Amino acid sequence: MREEEFTRKSLGLGGSPLRLEQSMGPEYWRSLDELAGTPAFKEMVAREFPAQASELFDPVSRRNFLKLMSASLALGGLAACTVQPPEKIVPYVRAPENLIPGKPLFFATVSTQGGVATGILVESHLGRPTKVEGNPKHPASLGATDTVTQGTILTLYDPDRAQTVTNAGRPSTWDTLVQQLTQALGTQKAKGGAGLRLLTETVTSPLLGDQIDTLLTEFPQAVWHQWEPGNQDQAQRGAQMALGEVVNTYFDLSQAQIILSLDADFLNAGAAGVRYARQVAAGRRVREGQPQMNRLYVAESTPTATGSLADHRFALRPSQIEGLAFALARRLGVEVQAEGPAPSFEASWLDALARDLKQAAGRSAVIAGDHQPPAVHALAQALNLALGNVGTTVFHTAPLPVKAVDQQQSLAELAAAMEAGQVEVLLILGGNPVYTAPADLRFGQGLRQVPLCVHLGLYEDETSQLCHWHVGESHYLEAWGDARTFDGTASIVQPLIEPLYNTKSANEFMAVLIGQGGRNTYDLLREFWSLQSANPDFETYWKVSLHDGVLAGTTFKPLQVSPQKPLVIPAAGRGHQAQGLELALRLDPHLGDGRHANNGWLQELPRPLTRLMWDNAALISPATASRHGLNSEQLVELAVEGRRQQVPIWVLPGQADETLTLHLGYGRTQAGKVGTGIGFDAYPLRGGNALWQAGGVVLNKTFSTYPLACVQEHHSMEGRHLVRSGSLTEFGRNPNFAAEEARDPPAELTLYPRDEHVSTAPNAWGMVIDLSSCTGCNACMAACQAENNIPVVGKEQVLNGREMHWIRIDRYFKEDPADPEIYHQPVPCMHCENAPCEVVCPVGATVHSEEGLNDMVYNRCVGTRYCNNNCPYKVRRFNFYQYVDHDEASLKLQRNPDVTVRSRGVMEKCTYCVQRINAARIEAKKGDRPIADGEILTACQQVCPTEAIVFGNIKDPQSLVTRLKASPLNYGILTDLNTVPRTTYLARVKNPNPELSEG
Amino acid sequence: MAQIFPRSANSTTKVLIITALVVTAVLLGILLNINRLYYVSHVNIPKDQPVAFSHKHHVTGLGIDCRYCHTTVETSAFAGIPPTETCMTCHSQVWTDAPILEPVRASLRSNLPLQWTRVHDLPDFVYFDHSLHVNKGVGCQTCHGQVDQMPLIWKVNTLNMEWCLECHRAPEKFLRPRDQVFNMQYTPPANQVALGRQLAAEYRVQTSQLTNCSICHR
Repeated sequence: MREEEFTRKSLGLGGSPLRLEQSMGPEYWRSLDELAGTPAFKEMVAREFPAQASELFDPVSRRNFLKLMSASLALGGLAACTVQPPEKIVPYVRAPENLIPGKPLFFATVSTQGGVATGILVESHLGRPTKVEGNPKHPASLGATDTVTQGTILTLYDPDRAQTVTNAGRPSTWDTLVQQLTQALGTQKAKGGAGLRLLTETVTSPLLGDQIDTLLTEFPQAVWHQWEPGNQDQAQRGAQMALGEVVNTYFDLSQAQIILSLDADFLNAGAAGVRYARQVAAGRRVREGQPQMNRLYVAESTPTATGSLADHRFALRPSQIEGLAFALARRLGVEVQAEGPAPSFEASWLDALARDLKQAAGRSAVIAGDHQPPAVHALAQALNLALGNVGTTVFHTAPLPVKAVDQQQSLAELAAAMEAGQVEVLLILGGNPVYTAPADLRFGQGLRQVPLCVHLGLYEDETSQLCHWHVGESHYLEAWGDARTFDGTASIVQPLIEPLYNTKSANEFMAVLIGQGGRNTYDLLREFWSLQSANPDFETYWKVSLHDGVLAGTTFKPLQVSPQKPLVIPAAGRGHQAQGLELALRLDPHLGDGRHANNGWLQELPRPLTRLMWDNAALISPATASRHGLNSEQLVELAVEGRRQQVPIWVLPGQADETLTLHLGYGRTQAGKVGTGIGFDAYPLRGGNALWQAGGVVLNKTFSTYPLACVQEHHSMEGRHLVRSGSLTEFGRNPNFAAEEARDPPAELTLYPRDEHVSTAPNAWGMVIDLSSCTGCNACMAACQAENNIPVVGKEQVLNGREMHWIRIDRYFKEDPADPEIYHQPVPCMHCENAPCEVVCPVGATVHSEEGLNDMVYNRCVGTRYCNNNCPYKVRRFNFYQYVDHDEASLKLQRNPDVTVRSRGVMEKCTYCVQRINAARIEAKKGDRPIADGEILTACQQVCPTEAIVFGNIKDPQSLVTRLKASPLNYGILTDLNTVPRTTYLARVKNPNPELSEG
Repeated sequence: MAQIFPRSANSTTKVLIITALVVTAVLLGILLNINRLYYVSHVNIPKDQPVAFSHKHHVTGLGIDCRYCHTTVETSAFAGIPPTETCMTCHSQVWTDAPILEPVRASLRSNLPLQWTRVHDLPDFVYFDHSLHVNKGVGCQTCHGQVDQMPLIWKVNTLNMEWCLECHRAPEKFLRPRDQVFNMQYTPPANQVALGRQLAAEYRVQTSQLTNCSICHR
């Protein structure tokens, strides 16, 4: 892609820090440019759609434009004349039981992140898995899923996946590999396995653990190493300090009244994020007449989904979080002996926070982020014990991994052994250590010295390049397995489809090594669990477990823990010292440690808060940017301990001062056609001493810029009371505060014939979105993309404002750019009763249905885009090109057969998941009954971890959506245009500490 | 200077303009009506199938019900095409070595499915549901014609949208009692419209909704 092809003007702060200080911007603002009212922003809003018409005036691209136009005309003419190609019907030879063609089946299974399982139900159309839903019976899911899990279905069909066994990059066979491995293991057997090393990611799978155990018994000198970048090392070290043992900690936040997050994005990341999000959101719902709310304090360096939901958000530098933990411990009477320099942190709000926590003792929770130093984890444990939270909101169990090791140390030992030439056979099961290992380990160099190295992985990645053998790994939807969830409950990983390619799972690979080669994993798994289960009727137990997605009775018992008194924190457990610019490295919210880099959906979902797609950037606060004279999209060179990397800058309000945040997972060199070369690799900056954060970062400016695709300002509605919010006390005083902001014209003031909307249908669909619950996690966008066959368009198209997501999440800041309040507003189609799009369509391609849906008829659409221009909410999306990939066979398997695949030249938008409405209506009509409330869940509603989206029949006075629309918090956006939107919002209610909200 | 155009140019121009308009109108007319041609929509044209299966023989000759093979017609959008096994329930006993049935036997032997050519092929942006239509009193015969008289299967209707709308606008003209849906000999009574109205009310057919775009297009 050539640089000059990006026609979008840089909307970076545009050298406007001064203007920002003088500005009297709107109360709620979407971006710094809007707040400052820069000319670039004004031009963009005036043009409504970024950078498209300008192509005509650009002499270089005008020619391209004409070329494209003539090609489109020629092809367009041809396309309209095609006769339907003959179609085959291919019935079964022997029809499987319970399978009705045309009706999907759902199977329970689990997907894992960081080795820890989340229960899901996977939709299968005639054997093709097409969509992931949450499993209501699984404790970590409760019916919802997170964003990344939605994306895993695309990975299954990724044509770039490793499809066979390769030796030195050339295709080989599994048998040849087994032969060579058997030979190598024979040699090892004689030495007791002294040269044999196994490297895995975090393993919670009891069966895999058992297989590895068997291997280690046969080869007593062999060593098992574990490594993945998002590990639990810090938490484990902290627990060791505070409790004297390594434990797994989880929370029951349904009981918590005061929650303090110490840089933990616990609502949007981690093993139980979905469960926590649901519990926290349920405790914040004043909408059902509940007079109380929990209170969420978040101290963090970079704004996160969790921080945006907070009642009080403190932007602290990474080094200050530890100071905060110490200061709280002092105030709450925890005895601490800390080695190293005395921690000092003071803030005006500390006392009030401590009082609040103390007053809710036993019903509070202190949560430390995975990337915080062990001291913070230890202090969080001590605080929870001191507050008496253990047993009510905080629980401890045995560690989830089969063998909990310090992974950093484990990998360092392996690297040292490789360098010393002690490793003769290295088996890498999953993971991509060459890319993810700390930079100072020089893992790749060590790997080259290993005589035989076999890598099992989904993709032929950076690690495969340096290994002799690569074995394609089966996707979790292709192979049997098992895994544990956050509280130890085990589940079976149930495949939905035979492996698409010639691939193996970790269990199958291990089976060959320990002489179980002839047996299939299903038998091994069943046998293993029949030995574990005390249930006399194992057959029933097994069937129920597979059906429910949970192996009942496998939950770990909570442990009784006792605090170490006094709590001693060694210098090694302390974080880095505050010094100069600080760097925080974080897992990317969508790509994780980089494993999802080749997933187009996840790449093209705007990251929470930054709304950036297709790139990472060093996030910096407005004040620090102006102090260093930096603008968004400017390239800088960062150096940590002598290691350097060039990255672009992105100015983000709410970021802690003097702190740069950079996400891992980008800059892959061997990811696949989608992910290779996207973004900037942060791993080179990540050394063993500074895995997550570092001080003393050297920043050198360069004079080049790099365009970043940020969708925040696209589809701007120019702030007209779009977001409304108030505090709990305000709500108590005046429940109608949200409605009073409205400037609605009288209903009769309209040119639309009102009686056109009088409908005899028993249903009228409507939606309510609760802004108090929305964390901006993007799960709804991902689910919508999977459900509705929404294409991926790529960075260049996004820069032109042509992203295709049917639901977008607008992010708003309020007030001070240094420490703003953050709001999210999901915007799907409003399904206006007086829809402005309908009256301007010359071909009747968008019309109203009896049930109040604003229907989009693709086969009528001729692509005038008048509707798009006339939509005040900017929710319509146009297929400027043939975005849908019609050529890649494997991607076709993913598509939802109940939704039309759109072609070039067609407008599309949110349909309220009309395919789900129709399916439910057909079933109801066949049963001659009304559609029950809750029978239809739209894709965004079903996936939402916080249940922020409610859909239903507004003609039914008993339905939840009707009750919510009756709430005083209910309001519509841009109702002054008399559009009468069917999608409305519940104003955000916050619960700030009265002691703090005054000052 | 001599005139460029002779006097006759006036009438020539008029003739040309009128001819152009007429030609355009005729071309447009052809374009708009081409899909109504049976030749284009393959009405009354049997298609090549791997096995020359005769509905006439099986339905009229042997009296087999539609649902013996099209098992999911009452439960799913798709009526269902029988698996090879269904054919072989009888043909493992009768006509066991008929050459015409060799593809069926080969399918069972090799475990490779038969590949039938679709006769009633709706565009991919149309979502038709058999189960609901059957449930609301639309007979098989109404759309598929006298299948019981067809030695090879063919379409009797264009399946164009205007044809769908004939019924969706006025279902009373076509509805029959539920117990007559699978009856291939059913003839509409003289008071069809009255009966249809009564059935539509009884079966709660929401006629006003039937012409909503999203009923068929998603």
